[in-house]
Amino acid sequence: MKGGVQEPVHELRSRPRGIGGSIKQSASSRPVLIAAWAALLFLPFKGIMPALTLFIIIVAGLPALQLARKPWSAGFRTAALKSLPRFPLRVFAESRFGRSSALPLLFIILLVLPFTLRDYYMDVLVMSGIYVLLALGLNVIVGFTGLLNLGFAAFYAIGAYTYALLNTKLGLGFWPSLPLSAGAAALSGLLLAFPALRLKGDYLAIVTLGFGEILRIVLNNWDSFTNGPNGISGITPPFLFGVSLGSLKYYYYLVLLIVLVAVPVMKRVEASRIGRAWLAIKENEIAASSMGINTTRYKLYAFAFGTFWAGIAGILFAAKMRFVSPESFTFMESVLILSMVILGGLGNIYGAAAGAVILVVLPEALREVQSYRMLILGIGLVLLMIFRPQGLLSRNKILKSRKQN
Amino acid sequence: MLLQQLINGLTLGSVYAIIALGYTMVYGILELINFAHGEIYMLGAYLGIIFLGIFTAMGLTAANFPLALILTVLITVFFCSAYGFTMEKVAYKPLRNAPRLSPLISAIGVSIFLQNYVMLTQGATDKVFPYRYGEAHVHFLNVEMTYLQVMIIATSALLMLALHLFRKTRMGKAMRATAQDKTMAALVGINVDGIISLTFVIGAGLAAVAGIMVASYYGIVNYFIGYVAGIKAFTAAVLGGIGSIPGAMLGGILLGLIESLGAAYISSEYKDVYAFVMLLIILLIRPSGILGRHTEEKV
Repeated sequence: MKGGVQEPVHELRSRPRGIGGSIKQSASSRPVLIAAWAALLFLPFKGIMPALTLFIIIVAGLPALQLARKPWSAGFRTAALKSLPRFPLRVFAESRFGRSSALPLLFIILLVLPFTLRDYYMDVLVMSGIYVLLALGLNVIVGFTGLLNLGFAAFYAIGAYTYALLNTKLGLGFWPSLPLSAGAAALSGLLLAFPALRLKGDYLAIVTLGFGEILRIVLNNWDSFTNGPNGISGITPPFLFGVSLGSLKYYYYLVLLIVLVAVPVMKRVEASRIGRAWLAIKENEIAASSMGINTTRYKLYAFAFGTFWAGIAGILFAAKMRFVSPESFTFMESVLILSMVILGGLGNIYGAAAGAVILVVLPEALREVQSYRMLILGIGLVLLMIFRPQGLLSRNKILKSRKQN
Repeated sequence: MLLQQLINGLTLGSVYAIIALGYTMVYGILELINFAHGEIYMLGAYLGIIFLGIFTAMGLTAANFPLALILTVLITVFFCSAYGFTMEKVAYKPLRNAPRLSPLISAIGVSIFLQNYVMLTQGATDKVFPYRYGEAHVHFLNVEMTYLQVMIIATSALLMLALHLFRKTRMGKAMRATAQDKTMAALVGINVDGIISLTFVIGAGLAAVAGIMVASYYGIVNYFIGYVAGIKAFTAAVLGGIGSIPGAMLGGILLGLIESLGAAYISSEYKDVYAFVMLLIILLIRPSGILGRHTEEKV
């Protein structure tokens, strides 16, 4: 407890305002102070030696970081940052060839993938597809309309459980269940939104969170209906013309097909009268309503439309896993889906899809450091909010026009 | 039976109230739902166990338990306040002028980080409180109250009283002024950043005490207790009217009573649901809470 840390504590007391302040002031003692502070916070959890190690790492690492922030490198840095996303993707997309062939090319790659990849990668791809649908759905609510929803996994669960129950109790197949699952999710979205939309901002977020938790606890405890924490197993995969789509390759095409339907639908809806009304509500609700937009009605549309896709994702998940349990639909799941939308850029369809793929593929790629995954996600969210709150693919136009005002 | 449940509910409720104070104070000043506040409470529970464990190993607990406990509480409060202070500086201060979604997401990020930080450093298994309180209890009106329960309720009442008195001091006035209008507060010479830090420090300190109380009450602690307790305390804050300090106290105690009565008379499996159902009902009927003031949105 004592020893190495005592001295820095004394220093802290003499300059309490120096900790974690703005980065501009660059006193030479700052790295030592920050390192001492971090080590002190870390000390009770792991003991003296790890805390000392942390101290040394930060003392050594911070000046290196600050060097990168030096004015002489600023010009280079911004140039590098600008060219980084631009170089491989944007140059291609903005070229004549890229503009006409980027999407077909992507499409062909997606079609050919199953012939080149092992089952393990196919599994990751199928999960990516399901999360793309979830992210697209949540994007309608949070990204287009600006309503924060922290219980989106609940609608995912409703889609999955609807199919699981219809299939195991009534013997209903995948195709007739598909509209029912999506409909059940959309209906519950409407039922929640109807009273909840009277609330604004954070309160709405908390109500959706509460709804998600209530649903999960009920699924967990209603043993006679949902089989409680043991979940429901023995769900059948979809059949098409008598052929089971249960193998990963076929299932991949099914998910791909639905994603390829969802994206243009999203695009069209976004550009439609409804989509523009959503954007108006998001930008300024009072102004929108004074322009004659029935804000409550359009918010209801957003909830129903967004949760509809969660229902579809739910049935795809249930049919893929052939098993559902409440464990798959926790608050962390909702946060994960929200992170996908935010990572990609709120309100950006391709962004949401890209965010979903990144957040499914990245943890798989980081398997060795699996236990640190959530830790990294937490830090990542904070850093993303501080350094790039608009997400990877942002809606620059809107941000710019706002700045001019 | 009913009276016994009321006592249990009061014990639980006073803990919720203490955590809810942190939520309500931060919300009053920053209009931010500090999602990570529940994790500070969890840190408090862990740190309490760690330091009491150290004192037990040193033999202090056996020799003089009250001294060991007081030292534990003081050190834990210091560390939790330090965590609260750091959290504000790192994750919320850079976002003070950002859209409202940003700090909320950042808070969720901090919450995820702290949960996993504790899981990775302390292990995913349950931690046991290193001291067993005796079964000694006081009797009155057919009710048995263990000394621990008396202590929890008394400590909570004392802390609430202290906070109430603090609000009358110079610092407390500055805090209330900052909550009303940050720009005006800065104009009359209040160090707004300092006051915001102070709010986080006080809130975290209170949560630390709540953490130790719960750790000693249940005897077992896990790294995910912060999430549920945080949501419940937030419910309590909303119930009483967020931003209002008496409201948080009232809301916390009400919530504790509802929960223990619901668990006793309806079903204990759905214990956690009552809080959420309560939250939904309150928000839908009276979003400003019992003691909260209704604010009209300005154009």
